[in-house]
Amino acid sequence: MKNFQIIKALSPNSAVSSINKENSAMFIAGGTNLVDLMKKNIAAPDKLVDITSLDLKKIEFLSGKVSIGALAKNSQVAEDKAIKEKHPLLALALAAGASQQIRHMATVGGNMLQRTRCSYFYNTDMPCNKRVPKSGCGAIGGSNRMSAIFGASESCIAVHPSDMCVALAALDATVLVEGPKGKRQIKFTDFHRLPGNTPEKDNTLLDKELITSIEIPDNNFNKNVHYLKVRDRTSYAFALVSVTAALDIQNNTISSARLAMGGVAHKPWRLTEAEEFLKGKTVSETTFRQAANLAMKGAKSYGDNDFKLTLGPNAIVEALTIASSK
Amino acid sequence: MASKKTNQSKETEENSSSRRDFIKKSGLLTALAFTPPSLVMASENKWDEKIAEYLETVPLSIEVNGKKHNLNIEPRTTLLDLLREQLHLTGTKKGCDHGQCGACTVHVNGTRILSCLTLATMQQNAQVTTIEGLSKGKKLHPMQEAFIKHDGFQCGYCTPGQIMSGIACIKEGHANSREEIREYMSGNICRCGAYHNIVDAITEVKEGGMLS
Repeated sequence: MKNFQIIKALSPNSAVSSINKENSAMFIAGGTNLVDLMKKNIAAPDKLVDITSLDLKKIEFLSGKVSIGALAKNSQVAEDKAIKEKHPLLALALAAGASQQIRHMATVGGNMLQRTRCSYFYNTDMPCNKRVPKSGCGAIGGSNRMSAIFGASESCIAVHPSDMCVALAALDATVLVEGPKGKRQIKFTDFHRLPGNTPEKDNTLLDKELITSIEIPDNNFNKNVHYLKVRDRTSYAFALVSVTAALDIQNNTISSARLAMGGVAHKPWRLTEAEEFLKGKTVSETTFRQAANLAMKGAKSYGDNDFKLTLGPNAIVEALTIASSK
Repeated sequence: MASKKTNQSKETEENSSSRRDFIKKSGLLTALAFTPPSLVMASENKWDEKIAEYLETVPLSIEVNGKKHNLNIEPRTTLLDLLREQLHLTGTKKGCDHGQCGACTVHVNGTRILSCLTLATMQQNAQVTTIEGLSKGKKLHPMQEAFIKHDGFQCGYCTPGQIMSGIACIKEGHANSREEIREYMSGNICRCGAYHNIVDAITEVKEGGMLS
């Protein structure tokens, strides 16, 4: 690992201003992804700004919403009693990610900013447009079992690896950030982006902006919810496909639904058309199958990941079935 | 710039020479032989500004297994390398060094974490417990006893991490069933496949209330 300077930030404002002076400075919190990337020289900052002393760790239930500080640990949120009660989907998704040791270290903000686990991104002997712009994509025509089936481009078919983000996309969360030009809010579904011609950019954060918290509006999705994660082993593996399903069921009729997928795109993939279709329908496997078929419209596979075209809709039906029977 | 010399050797154990020490020492000699002469000169107090910056260290106060250490370390030093290379606590193992195997699991302020992905400099004044800190004199920790009793290992390389993780798993309240233990121990990989016996060991310690 290249050596670097490290300083401790005492306020969000000082964190932003201390990073603003440097060309290759980065924030560090849990470090579970960044330190790994630095060991492989994929990230090589000259300076790190340690933000772990900032007062951004609280989970607060406010009027009409919950606010979760960017530095709240993944395990802290997953095991928070009130979160489990009011937003069980988020708790389930978090518990499905990584291992307990990593969840104790990793923060909510860092989870959002983790880089893809595409093997071409990690293997510095291989071309990767995300790691080295214009160097090509090794996954297209290469080993692409984990790759995207939605929203990919000729530059990149990598997927976002987070579980937590799939739940937050489904729950209409908002991201609060602070940067050199002040504070602003980003809709969670607009936070991560599709690769297009610039896959080196994972998200819509501006230069030197710091995530300070996320907010989730209150909802009725506290019973019929499920996070289904399909992976190569039962635990501690990234998703081949994951589905988050949240249903508000009144008298066997779905009054509203939230559906999103992970492991299928460069960002958490919200399935709004299928959500609309489910609204007002009675709970039945036929309905769920129709919703799944709608959700898969426009899916495209790349060889090794052809199975995702079948696994995807089956996982949606399974997740909806489990959610509706809780 | 940095006028301090890297005093990493300050904390060296004063034990007699062992095979491990021999390997370390001969490794150091090899490293010296390959060190550019300019760097050796710089370390002999003729500081070249740039090299000095490269070698710059930061102070760190840290408590490991109840013993306080005041050290100077490079910012890039991971907690795992600090424990193994500078404090000579080689019980904590380096498996993958990328957060995928759990062999480096230690407790920091009572919480299990991966020392390979932890920058030591970010653990100012932290209290660290490693496998070496579990026994009381010659009396092993109940989890160590249970691993021996249930044959919770074969080659033993993952064992320090498994034991540290197993203790935390119970303290966190995640050892209420075999399924829950398997899920919350999934960050510790055992290539020998001693999982069944590891779950037996953790179950026994949990059910015996040996950690309360």
